[in-house]
Amino acid sequence: MNGIPVLTVLIALPALGALVALFAGKRARAVAMATTLAALAVSLVVWWHLPGDGSIGLVERWAWAPSVGIEYHLGADGLSALMLVLSSIVALMSVDAAHRVHRQPNLYFALVLLLESGLFGTFTALNFYHWFLFWELGLIPAFFLIKLWGGGNRGPAATQFFIYTMAGSAALLISFLGVFLATKSMDFVDLAEMASKGTLEQQVVAHLGPVMTWLAMGVLAGFAVKVPLAPFHTWLPAAYAEAPSPVTMLLTGTMSKMGVYGLLRIAVPLFAPQIAAMRVPLLVLAVVTVVMGAWASAAQKDLKRVFAYSSVNHLGYCMLGIFALAVPGASLASQATALNGVILQMFNHGITAAALFWFVAMMQERSGGQRGIDEFGGLRKPAPVFAGLMGIVLFSSLGLPGLNGFVGEFLIFRGVFALSWVSATVSILGLLITATVILTVIQKVFAGPTPEKWSGFADMNGDDRLAMAPVVGIMLLLGLLPRLVLDTVNPTVVNLLAHWRF
Amino acid sequence: MLAWTIYLSFAGALAEALLPKSRPALARWFALAVAVAGLVLAAVGFATYGGHGRVVFADAAWVPALGIRFTLAADGISLVLVLLTGLAAVAGVLFSWNIEQRTNEFFGFYLALIGGVYGVFLSFDLFLLFVFYEIAIVPKYFLIAIWGSTRREYGAMKLALYSFVGSAMVLIGLLTSYAMAGSKSTGLVELAQANLPVSAQMWLFPLVFVGFGILAGMWPFHTWAPTGHVAAPTSASMLLAGVIMKLGAYGCLRVAMSLYPHGMDPWGFSVLGIGSWRAVFALLAVIGIIYGALVALVQTDFKFVIGYSSVSHMGFVLLGLMTLNQIGMTGAVMQMFSHGVIAGLLFAIVGRIVYERTHTRQLAELETMNLGKRMPFAAWSFVIAGVASMGLPGFSGFIAELQVITGAWTTSPWWAVSVAVGIVVGVAYTWRALQKAFFSDRHTDPHLNEPGHELAAITWPEVTGVVLLLGASLAVGLYPRVLLDVVEPAVNALLAGGVR
Repeated sequence: MNGIPVLTVLIALPALGALVALFAGKRARAVAMATTLAALAVSLVVWWHLPGDGSIGLVERWAWAPSVGIEYHLGADGLSALMLVLSSIVALMSVDAAHRVHRQPNLYFALVLLLESGLFGTFTALNFYHWFLFWELGLIPAFFLIKLWGGGNRGPAATQFFIYTMAGSAALLISFLGVFLATKSMDFVDLAEMASKGTLEQQVVAHLGPVMTWLAMGVLAGFAVKVPLAPFHTWLPAAYAEAPSPVTMLLTGTMSKMGVYGLLRIAVPLFAPQIAAMRVPLLVLAVVTVVMGAWASAAQKDLKRVFAYSSVNHLGYCMLGIFALAVPGASLASQATALNGVILQMFNHGITAAALFWFVAMMQERSGGQRGIDEFGGLRKPAPVFAGLMGIVLFSSLGLPGLNGFVGEFLIFRGVFALSWVSATVSILGLLITATVILTVIQKVFAGPTPEKWSGFADMNGDDRLAMAPVVGIMLLLGLLPRLVLDTVNPTVVNLLAHWRF
Repeated sequence: MLAWTIYLSFAGALAEALLPKSRPALARWFALAVAVAGLVLAAVGFATYGGHGRVVFADAAWVPALGIRFTLAADGISLVLVLLTGLAAVAGVLFSWNIEQRTNEFFGFYLALIGGVYGVFLSFDLFLLFVFYEIAIVPKYFLIAIWGSTRREYGAMKLALYSFVGSAMVLIGLLTSYAMAGSKSTGLVELAQANLPVSAQMWLFPLVFVGFGILAGMWPFHTWAPTGHVAAPTSASMLLAGVIMKLGAYGCLRVAMSLYPHGMDPWGFSVLGIGSWRAVFALLAVIGIIYGALVALVQTDFKFVIGYSSVSHMGFVLLGLMTLNQIGMTGAVMQMFSHGVIAGLLFAIVGRIVYERTHTRQLAELETMNLGKRMPFAAWSFVIAGVASMGLPGFSGFIAELQVITGAWTTSPWWAVSVAVGIVVGVAYTWRALQKAFFSDRHTDPHLNEPGHELAAITWPEVTGVVLLLGASLAVGLYPRVLLDVVEPAVNALLAGGVR
């Protein structure tokens, strides 16, 4: 784009903002707000300047340490750009929601911006070394945001989150070293090219012996922890519940997408045949994630844990859509449908889940920190606008047609039915349970008689409405006009599928 | 010009003895000036190095009758380690700024130690190298025994005894090779070309490798390291972990592996899958990595955590050397630099910045002090240093460990996988110490945040030292070519010259 390294600018912007915020004292939130707004603008610029054929554009490539295969290599296709836009929106929402940070606001917002920089880097890096740098860079601010501003049980939650993710990263790193040893390359594009020609496996076998399956498992483990895929999800409920709600918005809205993105950008392109060979256990795990996530969310009393498990359930659909692609003899049309659904679901879940946790944050502010489902009741009367807007978001999460949540799940199910009807059928259970859970929340929190203590529950004021309106607007817009996203994503999907060797 | 790093340090040590005892500030500034001059010389030498081969800058007959020459030279590996020594020396002076007791003597011993270290890294005559090696050990003993803390006599004596046993083994090797070579020269290059009989190399290699390996913290001869580190005053622990352990590893590479390459050949039989000295030492290195990390995980003394982490990190160096391929050995040299910088920094934070203010190193006591709030500079410096120590990308440790693991994998995938376990445990112990020391929620004393309980402010030497060391680690992490371009040709030359 006219020689401007727009992706580098995008990554550097929040990092610089973090530095300014650190020394901005009480004005840190304003700095963070300005930075995230500017980042949103730049990521939209990226979105509008993608190549039309779905290939990787806006490429920046410089030698870094050639003898160990390290290059500075950035680029974006429809998938990356959508994740950039999502991260920008969720970061903006998170900063907006965090207006009650009184303790060390400068450090808080600096960490949030650093996290945003890590996200941008992860979604655009095309060389393992510096992709991994950003992958880890996102983790450290997240740890401290939980550890320093979290709830009562924050210490163990933060540690568990950190150790799980690091163990996953170590597995990922070891596998990638194996790949590097065999191919002398760390470049995602080159490696994907080799994999699609079949030379990747030949080289690995020639250099290291028959270890391709092990390498695939290491990479999958790294991403499975992050997404998460059962049984690697156990860190998630505690981390989501103990993190301050604006941070939970970032965790669920964007960081879980790092895992799915990694599967699509790295695991599947490089290890498609191995994933195809393991598709049965992987599909079983995806279905378990879907059903167990929904089931566990039904058993929770804490709203944050309800939505945490519901996130597990929603990301399970993404896993289902990805692993179903590996079924032999699949038609390209069904694969494309499912993959479009997966990518759309990533975006939709990001927006919707972040909005849900934002509402929980508002409920906590208005109720002196309470967030048990059974604590509330009849909020519809004192706070009709609050109930109405949160209702829309809840229905989006439920997957009501006309709202964004529906389109992604519908496409996934339509694609998966043609590919593996058994897993699709069992997963429908997840949809049903989620619907029950969401309806129960609506019923218990908003319907029924209003207890005395909530008769003064403050409705959303002008600022709140102004902040939430665009979010709900996106949900409606994408529910009615999903092609706004799909028109850009579909060429990328076609392009990706053409290179994968299932 | 690099030779002046040695002369200058020894001259500085002498001058410290002559400076008036009543003016400690003068002694400090003088030591800083000498250390900075050394660093500048090292940096200039590093920057002007043409890139290939060995540069000789002093070569004179010393004891002609025995063929001993005064040969100072440098290749890429020496240069990197000299640069590290320069950095560690400056940082060490900065973190010793508060030494009030016998300041002149302290810096005198300190500069003598630095001079010895520069000497080892620049000697290309085996006898000369050995002399400098011994010179470095003696001031070390006094630094610990006089200015040390916890069980300092014990720590100093243990360190000295271990070092001398190691030196004795090296000396036997040195004398035997000299006798067998019959070339009437103790030059490293000449001895390497002497083609000693394979049967002799088979026993000389393990003897000399272990002799130097002791100082590199090789398991199971590492036990001097944690006690020595803990007993030493801060700047001495920084040098101990930062450069002295590197002396050992450097000796393993420059002497044991270069002079006795056939000592690493297969024995012709194998016991439990181990068929050569190379496999034995690689196994010891892997055990050291994992054992050091596990022991660090259960320490109650903050400084012991860092002490054992050094054992674990030095395991990477030894493993990298035993891969005998370009990437693994380059990784070993990178790890020497990286660990030197990072371990120095961690010891500085624990021993100087924290201990001098809290007067305790027990994690259980630090937990109750709410240090994250009261010492944000120390806390966040430790976070960044900890992240670097864990080997996260962006810092020097990542590229180094990456190369070592890559090299190890080419040799045996199991080494690589076992080392990965060590890395995960490394994350755990660093994070445990970090949380307990700085970010614990157990504040027993509610008055801590009130006026009157402020800890002494952070001083400029501390900030400068932290910035210097972190900057070095970050620079190498973000732009590893700075070192790689120099180290790789040197390693290639070694490999081509017989080390296989």
